[in-house]
Amino acid sequence: MKYVIIGNSAAGIGAVQGIRELDKDGDITMISDENYHTYSRPLISYWLKGDVTEEGMKYRPNEFYTENKVNALLGKKVVSIDKKNKTVLMDDASVTEYDKLLVATGSDPFVPQLEGLDKVKNKFTFMKMDDVRAVRERLSKNSKVLIIGAGLIGLKAAEAMVSFTNNITVIDLSERILPAVLNEEASHIMKHHIETTGVRFVLGTTVKEFSENTATLTNGDSIDLDILILAVGVRPNTELIDAIGGKVDRGIITDDTQAVKGLSDIYAAGDCTKSHDITSNTDKMIAILPNAFMQGNVAGKNMAGGVAHYTNAFPMNAAGFFGLHIITAGSYSGEEHTAISENGYKNLFIADNKLKGFILIGDMINNAGIYTSLVREQTPLNEVDLALLLEKPALMAFPAEYRKEKLGGQR
Amino acid sequence: MKKVYVNEERCLGCHLCEFYCSFAGGGETDMAKAFKLGRVVAPRVRIEESKDIYFAVQCRHCEDPLCVKSCIAGALTKKNGMVEIHKAKCVGCYTCVLVCPYGCIAPDKKSGGKTVTKCELCLNSAAGEPACVKGCPNKAIVYEERGEQ
Ligand SMILES: Cc1cc2nc3c(=O)[nH]c(=O)nc-3n(C[C@H](O)[C@H](O)[C@H](O)COP(=O)(O)OP(=O)(O)OC[C@H]3O[C@@H](n4cnc5c(N)ncnc54)[C@H](O)[C@@H]3O)c2cc1C
Ligand code: SF4
Ligand code: SF4
Repeated sequence: MKYVIIGNSAAGIGAVQGIRELDKDGDITMISDENYHTYSRPLISYWLKGDVTEEGMKYRPNEFYTENKVNALLGKKVVSIDKKNKTVLMDDASVTEYDKLLVATGSDPFVPQLEGLDKVKNKFTFMKMDDVRAVRERLSKNSKVLIIGAGLIGLKAAEAMVSFTNNITVIDLSERILPAVLNEEASHIMKHHIETTGVRFVLGTTVKEFSENTATLTNGDSIDLDILILAVGVRPNTELIDAIGGKVDRGIITDDTQAVKGLSDIYAAGDCTKSHDITSNTDKMIAILPNAFMQGNVAGKNMAGGVAHYTNAFPMNAAGFFGLHIITAGSYSGEEHTAISENGYKNLFIADNKLKGFILIGDMINNAGIYTSLVREQTPLNEVDLALLLEKPALMAFPAEYRKEKLGGQR
Repeated sequence: MKKVYVNEERCLGCHLCEFYCSFAGGGETDMAKAFKLGRVVAPRVRIEESKDIYFAVQCRHCEDPLCVKSCIAGALTKKNGMVEIHKAKCVGCYTCVLVCPYGCIAPDKKSGGKTVTKCELCLNSAAGEPACVKGCPNKAIVYEERGEQ
C-alpha cells in the first residue's frame, strides 16, 4: 500500500500514527513545502519570546520519520493531484504515486486588502517558523510594532514581542479582544490584564491607509510603526482539492471518516477542512491543533483499512497571556451561569438540558476537562448533580455507577 | 498493564495519599521536613469529598488518551501503558487541562504554572511503585491488573 500525505504538521503526523497502528509496513511519503522537521506551529511565539529553542519546537522526536518508516520529502510543494492516475505532482516536476492520499495542507494567513499596504516594508504574517525568524531579525528595543488582529494569534505575537519593545499597539475592527473565543465580560478581563503589560489596544477601528511608517485609522488617528504584523485570520488551503472537483465550501468537506466528498481514496484533515460543531450543530472551520491531530488520526486509520469516525468536534481553546490563562469550549448560547472570584471568571452556557459551552479564566480553570467531557458527550444534565457542577467541575457529580466504570477500570 | 484503581466504598477521605504523593515527588527523604518547610505541596492525586462520599482520583493512563492526542508541544507520550509528561517540552498552555475528562492533569505549582503535572505511577521516582497505594491504610486505592491497556 502506498500512502501519500501532503503536510507534515499536526494532521499529517496524526495520520502517520493512525496508519502505523494498523499497517506497519506500507510505504508512507510525507511532503511539505516547509523545510523543517515536523514542528509545533503554536510554539513559534514561544520561540520568538525565547522560551523555547528550535530543538524544543519539534512536535515529534528526531527519530520519528525513521522509526515510522516515513519517506519525508521536505521543501517540496505539491502543485496538483491527478486523481485518474493516482499521482501527485511537485514543484520540482517529480511525481509520486498513491493508493491513499491525505491532504493536510492546513491554512494560510488571510491578508486583508488595505490601502497602501504595499508601501509598508517590514510586514509579516505570524503563522510559520520562517515568519518569526524574519520578525526576529527586524525586532529591537526601539521597534514600533503594530499588530492588526486581536485574536489568539495577534495576542500571542504581542506577548512574544513585549520582552523586546514596549511600543506595541494591537488594533481590531471588533470592539473587544479575542472576539471569537470570549464573551464581552471575559474579553474585558483579559484586555485589562494585558494592558497592564504596556500593550495598547485600539478597538472598533481599522486602517484606512498606510504609508511606509504610518497607519492612518478610520477614526482619524494615526500610528507610527516600523513592524507590521498581519493577524486578521486564516483561510483553509483547499486549492488542490478544488482543482479536481472535490467538495469545498470555505474548507474541504469530508464525511466522518475524513474522506473527501466527491472523490475516492482521497482524505483531508486539519485546518484545511470544515468540521461539524456538535454544540451549535453547524459546520465550521475549527482551526486548532487537537482537532487537526484527531482528524488526521482518524483519516490514517481509515486509509489503512480500519474503521474510525470523528463525530464529536467542537471549538475549544486553552491559552495563557502574560500569566493569565483562559480555557473555553463549545458555543456560547443558552442560559448563563456566571461566577467571579478574586483571580478568576467562569461562565457556563446551558441549553436543552446540556452543557453547550463554557469560558474559564484564571483560578477557575482547574479540572476544566470535566466540563469539557460534558460538552463532548452532550451528557443530559438531569443525570448528574447539576448544582454541584455549577459550583465546580467534579467527578462526584456523576452517578456512582459511572464512576465505578471509569475509575474502576470496568471500561 | 497494572493501573491504580479506586475503591470508593473503602475511602475515608483521610488525604494521606496526597501527602505520600507530594512526598514521593519532592525528593525529600524526611516527611516532616518536606512539609514543614513551607514548600509547595503539589500532589498528583486529588481527593473529592462531600458529606458521605470520598474518593481519590489520579491519571487513568487512558487507553486512548485525549491529553496525548491534544498536547500542542508533543510533551505527553504513552509508552508501555503509561502516560508520561516530559516537562522540558511542556510550554504550559493547559490544552491537556482542557481535555482530560477526569481532571487529572494540573498546572504544576512548583514551576509556578509554567508546566503541568500528573501521576506517573511513581515509576520515575525513588519509590518505584505508587506511593499513594502503599501509604493508603484502607486499600481504597490499589495497584493491580484489571485487563486494561
Ligand atoms: C501563532 C499560532 C498560535 C497557535 N496557537 C494554538 C494553540 O495554542 N492551540 C491550538 O490548538 N492551536 C493553535 N494554533 C493553531 C494550530 O497551529 C493549527 O490548528 C494546526 O497547526 C493545524 O494543523 P494542520 O496539520 O492542519 O495544518 P498546518 O499546521 O497549517 O500544516 C500544514 C502544512 O502543510 C504544508 N503545505 C500546505 N500546502 C502544501 C502543498 N501544496 N504542498 C506541500 N506542503 C504544503 C504547509 O506549509 C504546512 O507545513 C496556533 C496557530 C498559530 C499560527
Ligand atoms: S491525564 Fe487525563 S486524559 Fe491523560 S491519560 Fe491521564 S486521565 Fe487520561
Ligand atoms: S500544558 Fe504542556 S503537556 Fe499540557 S498540552 Fe500544553 S504543552 Fe502539552
